[in-house]
Amino acid sequence: MLVRYLPILILAFIWEGVTRFWAVPDYLLPSLSSIFGAFIELAADDLWFHLSRSISRGGIALGSAIVIGITLGVLMAQIRSVRILFKPFVQLFYPMPKSALIPIAIVWFGLGDVSKVVLIFIGSLLPIVVSSFNSARGVDEVLVWSARGLGANNREVLWEVILPAALPEILAGVRVALAISFILMVSAELIIGNDGIGFVISSLGETGYYQGMWVGIIVISAVGFFADRLYVLGMRRILVWQESGA
Amino acid sequence: MSRTVAARADDLFQIIGPYFLIGLLLITWEMTARAKLIDPFLLPVFTDVLWRIITDLISGELARGIFFTMARTVISFAIASVVGIAIGVGISRIRFLKWFMDPIVFIGLPMPKIALLPVFMIWFGLFDSSKIAMTAFSASFQIIVTVWMGADSVQKELIWSARSLGAKPHLIPLEIIIPATLPRILTALQIALPICLIVELVTEFVMGGTGLGAIMLQASRNADSLGVFAGIFEIGLLGILLIRTLEIVRRRLLVWHQEESKPE
Repeated sequence: MLVRYLPILILAFIWEGVTRFWAVPDYLLPSLSSIFGAFIELAADDLWFHLSRSISRGGIALGSAIVIGITLGVLMAQIRSVRILFKPFVQLFYPMPKSALIPIAIVWFGLGDVSKVVLIFIGSLLPIVVSSFNSARGVDEVLVWSARGLGANNREVLWEVILPAALPEILAGVRVALAISFILMVSAELIIGNDGIGFVISSLGETGYYQGMWVGIIVISAVGFFADRLYVLGMRRILVWQESGA
Repeated sequence: MSRTVAARADDLFQIIGPYFLIGLLLITWEMTARAKLIDPFLLPVFTDVLWRIITDLISGELARGIFFTMARTVISFAIASVVGIAIGVGISRIRFLKWFMDPIVFIGLPMPKIALLPVFMIWFGLFDSSKIAMTAFSASFQIIVTVWMGADSVQKELIWSARSLGAKPHLIPLEIIIPATLPRILTALQIALPICLIVELVTEFVMGGTGLGAIMLQASRNADSLGVFAGIFEIGLLGILLIRTLEIVRRRLLVWHQEESKPE
């Protein structure tokens, strides 16, 4: 464990050493120890409030994107009329960079929570729809035929055959959506800030409290890292029955 | 052969169906906006937006915006690709590099790199270099990881046979590993390109300057909602253009690969 993370420790020492030895000005790069001091200070202040705002917005948006995205993707794969109606829609919106919607979101939903939640929701929805659609479409026909031959009805085929077979790819799509939701969350908070970690980063940076700005950057990076780790652990758990593993 | 009414209706649905939802949406948009059911500032008339795009096209404003955004996106994407492929292949070949980069990549991949935007603005200034650096940095980790995993999975037999046929060791990455990992590399690039576009636009929204995002920011500051809506369509078009191009490149490059000969 320690050997594995040794390079990070080495980088941290170089960071601390260089900033102290050459007295690098704070705005270029504050020393790690002073950032830690700022962390203690901000942790006693409102850091956790801003973090909880960011996480709850991201959680609500991503959660609803997962539910609606998987449903829509699988329905598109299973039902021909749904596919014909929605596929061009998805094809049109999938390649669109969702950050382009930030100015519209401000106009429509104001500067509060709604605009950010809607933005994160739309951004993470499409990768989930596309991966669910592709994987449910790609399920081996032989599996479906054998299930039918054994007397399974439509509902059983969906729940017992198609969803389990498509699950690994769906979960991979959700992981991409998780990363995108963090990008959009921080971007939206940087641009339309009144709370959240992105707001902490931009507002403290503007007022010249660079240690505090770095606290925001490191905290949101740590949250992104642990969210992804937790997700991967959960994914392995769910996919434990798979021969190849996750 | 006579066909049933149901079969004819089904044919009609197959032809019209794909345009139905989009058409319905656009018509509803046009009608509600024309009837002023919604404040025109919130929802300008669709045909006015189209007209605005055409005017932008004629005045050359659109071409300039597209040029700057596309140039920065493509340059950042190219930098991220070259650096990402080099580091990815390097990690899989050189033990020291693997030891050193493994935890860095492990932590860097899921981190929202855009949080470093204020830092990049301080380090690289407010113009092209900071936008390009931020965008390339955001996209590179995904490429490193995917290329690394791909290079690790290259069959040892391929490398051994190349060696026994007398391939020079320093040419093995270029001649064997990269071609053998090409499908994985292209998948990585296909994930990285949309990230480049998202981040490039955010840098334009935050820093201003030139490009479609900056024009849109200016329009939104001037409460010019026609400009904002036109901007979304223009950006969407650019996104589709770039992403489709990459798909075509993939198909071209992988003509020799079994992926292409697989029946649909």
